[in-house]
Amino acid sequence: MSKRARTSHGRALAAHAILLIYTVIALFPVFVIVINSMKSRREIFRHPLSLPGPGSFDLVGFQTVLQQGNFPLYFWNSLVVTVVSLAFILLFGAMAAFALSEYRFRGNTLMGLYLALGIMIPIRLGTVAILKLMVAAGLTNTLFALILVYTAQGIPLAVFILSEFMKTVSDDLKNAGRIDGLSEYRIFFTLVLPLVRPAMATVAVFSMIPIWNDLWFPLILAPAESVKTVTLGAQMFLGQFVTNWNAVLASLTLAIVPVLVLYLVFSRQLIRGITSGAVK
Amino acid sequence: MAQDRKPVRWHVGVFLAPAVIVYTAIMIVPLFATLDLSLYEVRDKVAAFVGLGNFAKLFGDPNWSGQFWNALWNNTWFFVVNMAVQNPIGIGLAALLSSNRLRFAAAYRTAIFVPTILSFVIVGFVWKLILSPLWGIAPDLLKSVGLRHWFAPWLGDPHTALTTIALISVWQFIGIPMMLIYAALLSIPEEVIEAAEMDGITGMSQFWRIKLPLILPSIGIISILTFVGNFNAFDLIYVAQGALAGPDFSTDILGTFLYRTFFGFQLQLGDPNMGATIATVMFAIILVGVCVYLFGIQRRLRRYQF
Amino acid sequence: MKTTFSLALAGMLLSTTAALADTTITIESWRNDDLTVWQQKIIPAFEKEHPDIKVKFVPSAPTEYNAALNSKLDAGTAGDLITCRPFDASLALFKKGQLADLSDMKIMSNFSDVAKAAWQTDDAKHTFCVPMASVIHGFIYNKDAFKDVGIDAAPKTVDEFYADLDKIKKDGSYTPLDMGTHDQWEAATMGYENIGPTYWDGEKGRKAVIAGTEKLTDPQFVEPFKQLVKWTDYMGDGYKAQTYPDSQNLFTLGRAAIYPAGSWEISVFEKQADFKMGAFPPPVQKAGDQCYISDQPDHALGLNAASKHKDAAMTFLKWVGSQEFAQIYGNALPGFFPLTKEKVTIKDPLANEFLSWRQSCKPTMRYTYQILSRGTPNLENALWAASANVMNKTETPEQAAEELQKGLASWYEPQQK
Repeated sequence: MSKRARTSHGRALAAHAILLIYTVIALFPVFVIVINSMKSRREIFRHPLSLPGPGSFDLVGFQTVLQQGNFPLYFWNSLVVTVVSLAFILLFGAMAAFALSEYRFRGNTLMGLYLALGIMIPIRLGTVAILKLMVAAGLTNTLFALILVYTAQGIPLAVFILSEFMKTVSDDLKNAGRIDGLSEYRIFFTLVLPLVRPAMATVAVFSMIPIWNDLWFPLILAPAESVKTVTLGAQMFLGQFVTNWNAVLASLTLAIVPVLVLYLVFSRQLIRGITSGAVK
Repeated sequence: MAQDRKPVRWHVGVFLAPAVIVYTAIMIVPLFATLDLSLYEVRDKVAAFVGLGNFAKLFGDPNWSGQFWNALWNNTWFFVVNMAVQNPIGIGLAALLSSNRLRFAAAYRTAIFVPTILSFVIVGFVWKLILSPLWGIAPDLLKSVGLRHWFAPWLGDPHTALTTIALISVWQFIGIPMMLIYAALLSIPEEVIEAAEMDGITGMSQFWRIKLPLILPSIGIISILTFVGNFNAFDLIYVAQGALAGPDFSTDILGTFLYRTFFGFQLQLGDPNMGATIATVMFAIILVGVCVYLFGIQRRLRRYQF
Repeated sequence: MKTTFSLALAGMLLSTTAALADTTITIESWRNDDLTVWQQKIIPAFEKEHPDIKVKFVPSAPTEYNAALNSKLDAGTAGDLITCRPFDASLALFKKGQLADLSDMKIMSNFSDVAKAAWQTDDAKHTFCVPMASVIHGFIYNKDAFKDVGIDAAPKTVDEFYADLDKIKKDGSYTPLDMGTHDQWEAATMGYENIGPTYWDGEKGRKAVIAGTEKLTDPQFVEPFKQLVKWTDYMGDGYKAQTYPDSQNLFTLGRAAIYPAGSWEISVFEKQADFKMGAFPPPVQKAGDQCYISDQPDHALGLNAASKHKDAAMTFLKWVGSQEFAQIYGNALPGFFPLTKEKVTIKDPLANEFLSWRQSCKPTMRYTYQILSRGTPNLENALWAASANVMNKTETPEQAAEELQKGLASWYEPQQK
């Protein structure tokens, strides 16, 4: 018994060592950006790896960037677009995934393939047609235009992943529900959805990233100041001060922090979702 | 699975409708309207139907076919590196994270996923900075372990640039396989694991013999997502190596080739017709891959319901 | 029904009266470096004279500009005024009917034929953008560094150029020649097309390639590549992965001596460098030879043919063609030289050094820009890759020239003879 305990101890230690090394690899570049954003220009180049100290601490980059744009507003716009699009993606995606995984009907596989087509062609190619559509609908320079595009763009992946997970939900459970006289809608919302919460959380995180980081559609569909997103705002600086690394690093830091916070919030949900899904 | 045959099952339509409507209107219609351009050519301001002429040009004219095959080959290598490095490491990390009673698992998982949430702009910028021969983060680090002579300007050498970029892509996206596999491992019921432990199957052999077969469908998903993602990739190379995918087009993949052709670059005017032609070929490649998966692999995978 | 109609009508009336009182015109541009200059100097100067017109300068990043602009023009959401790239990119927009014909503007007489050529149809019958600025190529050097290693004057001949580089290299405290090949375009633009005109006699060589009487494999077009190979001995360790911002920072931090440059660097460098800078034109082969400079038309302003505020936009365009604008623009952005024929005084000394070469050297422009980059493969893009390859030593100068010639001849008839 004691031998077994020792090996499991050793194993845990090895696991920690590997995970710790990988954590360093994952976080090191972010660390580089953040520490250097708070240093004077000369120090960035002379000692890129040293922490900002009394001699090198300098917030000039942040001052430059914050003077130029309305970052709180950009942040709010990004948040609205991301959260609303995510809600649509998860709802519509889960409904469609349920239909595909639960019911046998003619064209089921074809419908699955059809809904997956979207991840096979870069949506940027449809830009002109999409822009014309938004112009016709009077939606240019509105956040709703972005929400529509991101919802459409997110659905394929959501359906793809969720239908795989929904296939693992036990038939007995659903049939028991049917015998109790639950409608198909009730079965979906009250029985199936709670069980696939880990997958929903995963899809939420995956879908959130390209929406938050997208530069192209904000630039084309909603470039106006009042609807500008954080990523577009930060990109402006990247072009504008390509040699002013203080400002570049500061705007990169400003772009990282909000999405990091958002991720941490979701990640909480994710853990809760995953564990509650696992315990059952 | 088997359903009672009912005359009309409206709820199936209701479940499908919102997704199908939004997706068709905003994505499929614009995209196929664009792919349609591949059958035309603009002569004197007028679009003329040329049938498969553009495809003949893409494969027959050495000016086009040379670039195409170069991009396809580079793309394949890009995919191979991602598949061979990203997915095994991702699965390994997920396995470690899901092992019982591991402390700080949440912290590790959160940290390892961080690169995935960064935008391409940030990833491209920071890795160019780290690998820069001038500001020397990578050279200094190597020096501190006595390996300074290992350093080379990797992103500037046609032999190493593509692999370096592929590894940066691995670094960025490792969170995706890790997260999916982690979710799959957690949904394996306790009873299965306990039964295995009763039989004395623990540790590594438990992973290989019990867990791995159970998560095969998820491994299928991450493989196909890697395939689709890699053959659609574009942004990372665009921000790190520019639209010409240097040096000497050694990092040019289908996405960058398509973008350069479709939208134009510098003095090169955008050519939506040839761009759509390339996009159609890319689409065909990806579609074949996905069909192989959907009809060949996915159907054979055994699924377990818990 | 009736109420909605009258509401809509009221809305329309409101918006028209608003338009009369205050027209807002927007300018599309890739010059996002200049955003603050536009906001603080140029636009206020215009709005003071025309209080009824509000101007918005909306730049996007240079890498996104063409793609974003073309999409917006196709869908009809682009701004009223469009910043024009020289030659074919803008010509294509004009041919598609997206840029308005400005040939009849009186203000056009303020510009020489050479200045207008970059924004005209090939037969020079239609002009579609008001020229704004050109850029001049040459070398910027660190005066303090030259003094440190004991160089008294900027090099005039190729031999002096290398002798100075040798001296700096021997001294060891500065990177002698500050350029990288990672981003490729510097090798072509600040390398090949900077020193090239000295070998192919500027306009003579450029026009001969267009006419098909000289080939890119001729010695005068291969020699500049050979010079670039020599340059690499003086470039920094790991130049193959050195990016454009890397080079800029290396120079402004005072760690490099000579920077192959375009005049647009001036305003950036002057803000960041804390040492004295000087400039010299591409060195000539033998003392007393004619020198050549690349004086490249860079940007102009055109009218979106679908603009809803044409009158206001035209008022602004007229102003852009005036001497007053040239004076403001040339001094707000030293290094962008106004193209007007009228007299403009530039105050910045470094910019004036560049400008003085117009007197002593014969001007020409990058040979890839006019006509020669219309086909596939695109000559300009091919030149970027070729110049970088030559400097990375993955291709010899002869191989690079051979390939460029083959690509050009594959679609350009005059070169097929």
